[in-house]
Amino acid sequence: AMEGGPGARIREGDCAVLKRDEVFKAVSVLRRRKIIFEKQWFYLDNAIGHIYGTTFEVTSGGNLQPKQEVEETATETKEAGTDNRNIVDDGKSQKLTHDDIKALKDKGIKGQEIVQQLIENSTTFRDKTEFAQDKYIKKKKKKYEAVITIVKPSTRILSTMYYAREPGKINHMRYDTLAQMLTLGNIHAGNKMIVMETCAGLVLGAVMERMGGYGSIIQMYPGGGPVRAATSCFGFPKHFFDNLHEFPLSKVQSLLSGTFSTETLPAEPEENTLLEEESNGLPEEKQSSLQETEEEPAPEAPMDINPTEEQDTMDINAEDVEFKENKEKENKESVREKQIKQWERRKKLKEAAALLREKNADGLIVASKFHPTPLLLSLLEFVAPSRPFVVYCQYKEPLLECYTKLRERGGVVNLKLSETWLRNYQVLPDRSHPKLTMSGGGGYLLSGITVLLEKDKPDPRNSEALKMEEPSSKRCKLQDLPC
Amino acid sequence: MSFVEYGDTIKDGDTAIVFLGHESMFPVKVQHGTVTQTKYGVIRHSTDLIGKKYGSKVTCSKGGWVFILHPTPELWTMNLPHRTQILYSTDISIITMMLELKPGSIVCESGTGSGSLSHALIRTVAPTGHLYTVEFHQQRAEKAREEFREHGVEHLVTVTNQDVCKNGFGVSNIADAVFLDIPSPWEAIGHAKSALKAEGGRICSFSPCIEQVQRTCLAMEEYGFTEINTLEILLRVYNVRTVSLQIPDLGKADEDNSSTGFDSSNPSHQGSPCANLQQGTVQFKSGVPLREVVGHTGYLTFATKS
Repeated sequence: AMEGGPGARIREGDCAVLKRDEVFKAVSVLRRRKIIFEKQWFYLDNAIGHIYGTTFEVTSGGNLQPKQEVEETATETKEAGTDNRNIVDDGKSQKLTHDDIKALKDKGIKGQEIVQQLIENSTTFRDKTEFAQDKYIKKKKKKYEAVITIVKPSTRILSTMYYAREPGKINHMRYDTLAQMLTLGNIHAGNKMIVMETCAGLVLGAVMERMGGYGSIIQMYPGGGPVRAATSCFGFPKHFFDNLHEFPLSKVQSLLSGTFSTETLPAEPEENTLLEEESNGLPEEKQSSLQETEEEPAPEAPMDINPTEEQDTMDINAEDVEFKENKEKENKESVREKQIKQWERRKKLKEAAALLREKNADGLIVASKFHPTPLLLSLLEFVAPSRPFVVYCQYKEPLLECYTKLRERGGVVNLKLSETWLRNYQVLPDRSHPKLTMSGGGGYLLSGITVLLEKDKPDPRNSEALKMEEPSSKRCKLQDLPC
Repeated sequence: MSFVEYGDTIKDGDTAIVFLGHESMFPVKVQHGTVTQTKYGVIRHSTDLIGKKYGSKVTCSKGGWVFILHPTPELWTMNLPHRTQILYSTDISIITMMLELKPGSIVCESGTGSGSLSHALIRTVAPTGHLYTVEFHQQRAEKAREEFREHGVEHLVTVTNQDVCKNGFGVSNIADAVFLDIPSPWEAIGHAKSALKAEGGRICSFSPCIEQVQRTCLAMEEYGFTEINTLEILLRVYNVRTVSLQIPDLGKADEDNSSTGFDSSNPSHQGSPCANLQQGTVQFKSGVPLREVVGHTGYLTFATKS
């Protein structure tokens, strides 16, 4: 366990998450890299070396400075009103103008002081109720006392961030729904998990976090390669990836029917098509592309690999000849490298196929934009009996169909279709109430447990078999038909 | 088997889950020579269970059958003997994620109660983490110890019989997370803070009443906790049903015909009146909410030690 000691420190190259109130943004910690966050521009250089969880202020130079702990001035009974019957909102109660405030900011006056100035220059402040004064101060502080906390990424932080900033990338899976999946799926150290997701790698990362580097994961992917943009945000140690495998969906049918071969490899992805548009809040493309292009062939030699052509145009000039000879060597090397890479890809594919063929996975998680039924029906074949599976879908209807098909297939029990309803609260003395309702937006889950599937159904004409058939009332009950 | 590691075959001493069908199941202690009664007949452990694969179908003496499932904390939560009101998997899931628990985490919990959350926490922090759980009721503490032993997880948990509000968790400055489910959590916030590691530890308090939440939030603020946030989570389950709705008879556009019901002689209606009635229904699949659902369990308040 790496926990327990002093907190982890911010290091260059880390993926860190900037936090201001309820707003999050993931960034790469790189020197001399300008960051924009919540209308502020700054460099992260000064943050390097501090403990995660430290709160910073942005100085006028665009640098970060740890915020000093300021003693809140004891709340002496200030002058306050009883209600707002006489307060007229004419927009004229604040005597400081935009320019005045700007002048204060330019002078380098601290946010705290600006808030104090605003209070003193408000004609209606002392008429407000204590609660209204409290609310006013909070609002001004939020605007002028811009503090940023740098937090260590985790499933909690990243799932909240993605849901708020880029819900489309994660099929509108709300973070409490993800939490349910991890628990219902009994994700824990030592499992052999099958994960099929199109949530930018967030679900994969969450599963990896709960497995702590123990066990193994086979990530099924559509198209040319798995997307792991969000996964790289978690900052897992390298060894977590030793037992992470991937397998293309396009080869699943062949694997199930026994005709699998590595003759044709899935088309290698173009770098561009794989990269997500990380506009706000997600790490630099470079970082994620490093992860994704690990298995790509040797890059960017935009050279012609046709040696004969080279020979035809050989120059008498010695230098040129040498140059061309070197180019030929490079061409051959790049061909060789390409071959090695291909061989490695084939090897990995065979390994993943072998793992799947054992048909003894400890669980299955599906969270994708695809219709869940074909995914479940095929991928469940690779799961051992008496193991949980969880399928996420943004919509309820496909899961209704999935449920029905699973009942027809058999080999599953304890099927449950559910969603969670989440509500946040404001808790203040005499002012406690629910904050926002988020119900209806989180997606749906279908979960169940596998059991030994009996492939050979007894022949109904066979009397012997008839004896063994379950009483009909029992059958009705178990299959959960509309009775 | 163990609650933290999957096994393939049922062994003597295992805790297995007997699944009878649709939300009907119970735990069983597998033992040579023992017999378990079910409504479908008898299950003989020595012949029917031991050596069989988890997930197998077992035919009972009366001819009916059941499935034997590998235990998980979630199945345990649905089937454990209640000594107190327990936490269910919906709350447990969000608690686990918001406390950022994972293998290697050190967690403190009070009260242990019936061990529902405890089993889930142990599963999550295994194999290198630890759960320190405090229970002020002596028999419940002892029963919890016994169960952890039976479930093969005693090396991952320490049960302490004391009052957390007076004597804390028995550890200091090492916990990644603290969980409180006690009547007066505000009295334990100070102890929670000292049990937590120096920086970045997480705390969660579960209370059914908003007044308790208010006091707890105040205490958290006083002790310098940040990111204080209260939420509640509810589960909505849907039953998958094929529904048939009748099409109402709105009569005919043609006013001359005097018949009020379905008219088989009218060319616009195909087939016999029976078929009409049958054709007069539409079938569809629906996810139907349950009649009665859980409306409230408790408020969950999370915070960070800064």
